[in-house]
Amino acid sequence: MNAPSAATPAVAVRGLIKSYGAVAAVRGISFEVAAGEVFAILGPNGAGKSTTVEILEGHRTADDGVVSVLGFDPAAAGREFRDRVGIVLQESTVDTSEVTVAEALDTFGAAYRRPRDRGEVLELVGLAGKEDARLKALSGGQQRRIDLALGLIGDPDLLFLDEPTTGFDPEARRAAWEMIKGLRSLGRTIILTTHYMEEAECLADRVAVLVDGRIVACAPPSRLLGSERATVRFRLPAGAAPGDLPALVAAAVEVDGDRAALSTERPTAMLAELTAWAVRRGIELADLHVSPPSLEDAYLHLIGADGDGNRAN
Amino acid sequence: MRTSRARAEPSAAELSARAWPSWGRLVWVSMRSQNRTFWRNPVPVFFTLGLPLIMLVLFGSLFSWDIDVGFGPIPAAQFYAPALAAFTAANAALSNVGITLAFQRQFGLLKRIKGTPLPPSAFLGGTVVSSVWIALLGTLIMFLAGVLFFDVGIAAAKIPAAALSFAVGTAAFAGLGLALAALSPSGNTAPAVANAVILPMAFVSNVFVPAEDPPDWLRILGDVLPLKHFSSAFSAAFHPAVAAPAWRGTDLAIMVAWGAGGALVAWRFFDWMPRVAGGRRAPKAAAGQA
Repeated sequence: MNAPSAATPAVAVRGLIKSYGAVAAVRGISFEVAAGEVFAILGPNGAGKSTTVEILEGHRTADDGVVSVLGFDPAAAGREFRDRVGIVLQESTVDTSEVTVAEALDTFGAAYRRPRDRGEVLELVGLAGKEDARLKALSGGQQRRIDLALGLIGDPDLLFLDEPTTGFDPEARRAAWEMIKGLRSLGRTIILTTHYMEEAECLADRVAVLVDGRIVACAPPSRLLGSERATVRFRLPAGAAPGDLPALVAAAVEVDGDRAALSTERPTAMLAELTAWAVRRGIELADLHVSPPSLEDAYLHLIGADGDGNRAN
Repeated sequence: MRTSRARAEPSAAELSARAWPSWGRLVWVSMRSQNRTFWRNPVPVFFTLGLPLIMLVLFGSLFSWDIDVGFGPIPAAQFYAPALAAFTAANAALSNVGITLAFQRQFGLLKRIKGTPLPPSAFLGGTVVSSVWIALLGTLIMFLAGVLFFDVGIAAAKIPAAALSFAVGTAAFAGLGLALAALSPSGNTAPAVANAVILPMAFVSNVFVPAEDPPDWLRILGDVLPLKHFSSAFSAAFHPAVAAPAWRGTDLAIMVAWGAGGALVAWRFFDWMPRVAGGRRAPKAAAGQA
């Protein structure tokens, strides 16, 4: 097999830096992606995800750092490299096209040395039987499947999916996830960008969280969760103001009407203070519960959107 | 056909031994793809092929006087057939290369193609061949209409000169089309620029209005620009008073210079990435051209 062996990463990035004028888009990131791995780059808009992926694709050049994709330097790579990667761009390009599904796949497939069978690709993306449909007549979700089909037609060793489900409604997103999960069975390496934590969790073996041009966490989705952090929720007793709460609780709590919530790395101490305070006053706290952080919480915490600022790992 | 399950992974040696599709085949595939885009879009079909034919019928029917642009007087209809044929070919090449590529860049198709192993030269070559093919059809339609309805005579001995003029003129305007695509900030500006270039040029180039005694500046402008040389070369080839073989060296040389200039501009400025800020696509627009 021409793909890298298990020991050789499919993608290796070291100290990657890219600026647009005065704006630093990527500020020195490093990561590796193993052959056969599904790797997600997760982050908010403007975090540098697309810049990173476009450098890996060879569409942009890095200012500094070392990038190796399937053993090639993508900035200098030519036809051999292009023959082995598939690219699904963030923006679909098919919605004004007058050509048919079959014509598009045959046209693009002709450029590769070992194109995948057209019917097989359409099967993979769930568009079997649509060969004769004009691209512009397809629904938005179907057009996105065509984007994916065009990325797969060359039978790539490495597939880039740049925000494959952005703009989808929840149902279409789940359908797309099922389809992308199906690609795992091909055993190809997949690099995916997304700003949905749930998408990364559902699809990826590992997730790199990119914030403001830096990787703040890189781990399997289950390990991105801070193990200690938890959310405590309760209803503020009638007549009590947030300031009446014990100091430890009052410092962390956020109150919305009578609903109080706080996120903490010390749930045990927090609960002890809170319940002791309530017991002393003979109050039964309504709706008291403690929940582990959701992935969304973990993600928001990582990207600093919970007000704590950027805290890596 | 192989299947995903039973597929044996080819070895590195097998892979590198597997031949690339030939460049000629990829030009062919690209040309067919661009042809489909053209024929399935009524706007460019009408403006490229329909409108010049309508002009020929109208001018040929309305103007009953003789026209002399330097080769001797000739009935208007016989003047217009080759002149409008040159316009058709020039417009087909310029617009179908320039506007198509500008839109395809705006819609991200060029970026997508850049991500595949298709050689850029094969894709651009296919685009040019497609437009030359459309230009050839347009030219043949004009001459056929001229022969059938307006008594245009075609001397066999002058056909090689006409064919060479077609090849050089169309290639030159395709080169200018590449420059147009290279310089257009978006797909939407390309048709406007193409029309702003080709229509006034046609007026000073003995295409729409034969200028029998134009003011110097108009004559010089026409002499400098390429379209007058295209129409002169065609007109000479089909003018009964011009002797065979009617080679037009100066006309061809000036067109070659323009085409080479266009290709140079394209070589320097052409790129594949969408130019709309942030890479976002502009709103969907009809690939209109005229």
